[in-house]
Order: sequence, then C-alpha cells, then structure tokens
Amino acid sequence: MKKAKSHSDEDNLVDELTLHELCRFCDADEAWVVELIQHGVVEPHGAGEAEYSFSQISVLRAKKARRLERDLGINMPGIALALDLLEERDHLRRLLGRFGMAS
Amino acid sequence: MDYKDYYKALGVDRTATQDEIKKAYRKLARKYHPDVNADQDADAKFKEAGEAFAVLGDAEKRAAYDALGAEPPRGGQGFRPPPDWEQGYQFSDPPHGAGGPEDAAFSDFFENLFRSGARAEGRTSGMRAAGQDQHARVTLDIGDAFNGTSRVLTMRVPEMDDAGRMMLKDRNVSVKIPKGVREGQHIRLKGKGSPGIGGGPAGDLFLEVAFAPHPTYRIDGRDIYVDLPVTPWEAALGGKVTMPTPGGEVGITIPENARTGQKLRLKGRGLPGKLAGDLYAVLKIVNPPTTTQAGQALYEQMAKEMSFDPRKSMEA
Repeated sequence: MKKAKSHSDEDNLVDELTLHELCRFCDADEAWVVELIQHGVVEPHGAGEAEYSFSQISVLRAKKARRLERDLGINMPGIALALDLLEERDHLRRLLGRFGMAS
Repeated sequence: MDYKDYYKALGVDRTATQDEIKKAYRKLARKYHPDVNADQDADAKFKEAGEAFAVLGDAEKRAAYDALGAEPPRGGQGFRPPPDWEQGYQFSDPPHGAGGPEDAAFSDFFENLFRSGARAEGRTSGMRAAGQDQHARVTLDIGDAFNGTSRVLTMRVPEMDDAGRMMLKDRNVSVKIPKGVREGQHIRLKGKGSPGIGGGPAGDLFLEVAFAPHPTYRIDGRDIYVDLPVTPWEAALGGKVTMPTPGGEVGITIPENARTGQKLRLKGRGLPGKLAGDLYAVLKIVNPPTTTQAGQALYEQMAKEMSFDPRKSMEA
C-alpha cells in the first residue's frame, strides 16, 4: 500500500465544525443553532459555545433542519419531530432491505 | 427554450384561486422534499413545483405568465417570449426570496422570463463581498466510495454578467471523491461556490454524498450487508465459500448447521477508513429443484432418517 496520502484528499471532507462554521454552513445565526441544541436536534461536544464542535451527523441534521424550516415552514418542535421520524423510517427501511423487502 | 406548464406542474386548473395554488404547492413540497423523499426524481419534482409556485404564487408573475396564452406554443419546443414581454409588469420581489428551494437554478424558461431582468441590488461599483456558499448532492456507486474516484460535475449556476444581470451558466467542477466516504458526509470544494463580488473571495461548494442503490450491497453507515445464498448441504455441513465484496472476492467460512438469516461478520471489510466498517454476509438457504431420481432418493433418505418437524411450534 502506498504510504504517501495526498493531504488534499482529507482536506476536502467536512469533519467536525465549530459553532461559527456551522452557522456559515447553514446560512444561519448562532441563536438558531442554539435553538437546535435546546430542542435536541443537534448535540455539540465541548462545554460552552466557544468550544462547541459538531459531528458529521449533527452537520447533516442541522442542514436538513434548515431546509425543512425554509422550504416547508416547519417550526422547531416540528423539525425535531420530523427528523426523528425520518431517521426511524430510514432505519426501518434498511431493516426491510435486509429481508429483501425494500419498497 | 421549452415552455413550462406551471399549472400542470402543480396539478391545478388555470382558474385555481391563489389559496388552491398555495395548497397544491405545499402538498407537493412536503411529498417531494429531498430530505423527506429519497427517490431519485424527488429532487427534480420538488424544484419543478418550487419553480411553478414562484410564478403562480405571485399575482403579478401569474398574470404575466397567463398573458403568454393558455396553450404551450408549438408543442412547447423552441418557445420564444413575445417581444414586448415584461412591459406593464413589474416583478418586485427578489428572485431568491425566502421560501424557495435552495440556490434554485430554475429552468431556462423561468430564468429568461422572470429572472433575466432582475438587477442585483446594492451590488454596484465599489462593493466587495464574499461569494455565497453553494450546496449540491452527488450520488455515488458503492464501488466509487470504496475505492475513491474523481468526478466532473456540471453545475447550473446563476451568475452575474457585467451588466449586473443574472444568467444561467453551466460550470464544470472536478471533484476528488475520497476513499471510504460515507452517505451523508459533505465534501468541501474551497472557492468553487459563487464568485465573489468586486474582488471578494469566492464561496465554497459543499457536496452531500448519497449512494445509488446497489443490487448486491446495502450500506448502513460504515457497514456493508450482502445476502449470501448457500445450498442446504453447505448450510448443514459448513465449509468455505467465496463471495464478492466491493474490495474483491473473499473466502468466508460457513459454520455447521447454519440458519437462514444468520449474520456472518467480516471485520474491517466494510467501507475503508480510520475506523473501517464491517461486512455482514446474511445467509439465505436456497434449495435446488430436484429433477433426477438420484436427487429424489437423497431427499427420501433424509426424510426417513431425520426426524424434523419445522411446524412443531405452530399452534393448531
């Protein structure tokens, strides 16, 4: 196996984001992200806003939340519910797929 | 450019009220929202509904659209707007108003009729601003994710020309897909978003990774699942069989008395990475049709010598 791994390969994969980076990613302000946290839509690591870091799963959830809010006009409790239900649905679909019954 | 039947896109009559149009759009938006509906064509349908609503949902634009005529001219192909188009109508709202699909690059029809005249406000001389980030999705085959690859994507992006008008442009963007990328991850292409204004830096392009369905492999996070058919005797006696994986064929040991649905784990054979995923072979016992006398004799012997009632636990 080749040892030299081009640095740019890793550079372009979005890993953990800070609060500031997540705001830019979602085109949102900090208050909106804080609201996401308060509703348990995303869970940052780190104590205090300055040290927050958001995992790839949180990044994806935040992005979906933003789009659902903007495109469908859902409020925050509705977003939290929709995302949980969508995840449960996807999980069940994967299970169905394992039994050859994917829709 | 092609004529777009926006009433058809929303499934409403030309006489529909604004309320009916809004309701029809909301219903379609919920159904085809790309975060809700994972079908390949959902995104296109969502955008189509969004474009239709951007016109019909706005009284002024709807009136202008209606004035084009009820019938798609010349079968919809090669549509040209009348020369006095736009006269008497003023499209006051910003083209990227809230409530529309993200970074929407609508059809040529829309861009020409409803956007090309829109002047960018506040973006005149002396202004310097960073370009906007853009988001898009890239659908990969599992093999691409397993091995890494590179792709050239064609992005349709609205760009400002020298006269400050929005034009649709096709832009080719080459992207390196890193090995082991997983569904839902984002690839950042620095400076490949919208260009900056007045020498400002360009925005970034973020690509969300999705996987195309595969006939053999199913992906769950880092793990890969494969249905592995085995014969009744392979299941009973155990032994080694070879199976395909995205990384090439591997040998796998079937345990004695294996059951249908039993999962065998091949550690580290899932999607590669710092924390490589696992590959699970899900056994499926397949019995061959018995066509020869010798074959039948084997089954008869089994019936005689093996006392097994699979229906034992069923209630009468």
